[in-house]
Amino acid sequence: MSDEQNHNVSRRQFLTYTLTGVGGFMAAGIILPMARFAIDPVLQAESEGDMKAVTDVSELTEEPQRFDFSYDQEDAWVTSETTETAYIYQSGDEVVALSSTCTHLGCTVSWATNEEYPDEFFCPCHGGRYEKDGTNIEGTPPTEPLHKYEVEVRDGTVYVGKAEPQV
Amino acid sequence: MLQRVYEWVDERLDITPMWRDIADHEVPEHVNPAHHFSAFVYCFGGLTFFITVIQILSGMFLTMYYVPDIVNAYESVRYLQGDVAYGTIVRGMHHWGASLVIVMIFLHTLRVFFTGAYKKPRELNWVVGVLIFFVMLGLGFTGYLLPWDMKAYFATVVGLQIAESVPLVGTLAKTLLAGDPEIIGAQTLTRFFAIHVFFLPGALLGLLAAHFIMIRRQGISGPL
Repeated sequence: MSDEQNHNVSRRQFLTYTLTGVGGFMAAGIILPMARFAIDPVLQAESEGDMKAVTDVSELTEEPQRFDFSYDQEDAWVTSETTETAYIYQSGDEVVALSSTCTHLGCTVSWATNEEYPDEFFCPCHGGRYEKDGTNIEGTPPTEPLHKYEVEVRDGTVYVGKAEPQV
Repeated sequence: MLQRVYEWVDERLDITPMWRDIADHEVPEHVNPAHHFSAFVYCFGGLTFFITVIQILSGMFLTMYYVPDIVNAYESVRYLQGDVAYGTIVRGMHHWGASLVIVMIFLHTLRVFFTGAYKKPRELNWVVGVLIFFVMLGLGFTGYLLPWDMKAYFATVVGLQIAESVPLVGTLAKTLLAGDPEIIGAQTLTRFFAIHVFFLPGALLGLLAAHFIMIRRQGISGPL
């Protein structure tokens, strides 16, 4: 027992540390792959929003027009064709593409379908209205402007990406 | 820090007797590999349980991606193995563990047999052990179909033919398992999935509890 004075770590402590350490490594070896497996959707690199071709620039006017475009949406092992609707118009040199989803409760808005408001987007569900640039009109249900698509014009073709909030 | 948390809880709930009763008991010399190396044969029961825990954990995680449906099953397995991080490892753990658990349970049975540990008063524990073995085989059989590839499908065709060959109740047993008298398809897959992840694991946990309670009550059998 005189040895004990020369050692700061007792045999029992040493065993406790090593066994806890080895056990910890084994547990980590089992748990970590499963944890990483489970949180994979969070860590998946965001698919760099493919730009989808919608129409020719020559089709565009200063007036918003409705364009439906379809693309393959990849959902894990399921690929399905998804259709979105955008209102696209030319504003000077710029091409503006607005989402047709009402920011109130998600109905589909349309351009100039209400005779009282010929130059506005109108939502038939609760009478939400937006100006041409998508700004929501005070006093109607929507609380934010229509979402705006990323737009790219290449070789006379209009491509859109993801619709993002304007504010 | 941990010590303080433990003491805080223990002061209020008196948890020490609980875990001491479960975990803190002497290992007899003849079962301790530190005394006789040959005593490692006494580890196989614990190893079986260890692998069972891994099977339950990895299985739980696999169901985050797996779909028990004839259209999606194969694709979902391919996705979780090929496209999800560590998918190969998690599925591999479940795949290899399934075989290993049978090996361990078999070695454990051999040890119990050759040390005569099944004798009075431990006959009931032997019976429960054999039931656990059958449940394990059932888990292996039902799990084998789930990837829904050619090997899985035709292995199940053969397995169900074996069930069908049982006198008198064979046809009944086959229909009950497959969900259809002739087709091995949509209903077979969902049934096997339900049996694999709910019914058999439930039975397994109950039997394991009985197995362990009996060991604690009766103690480990004496030396040869």
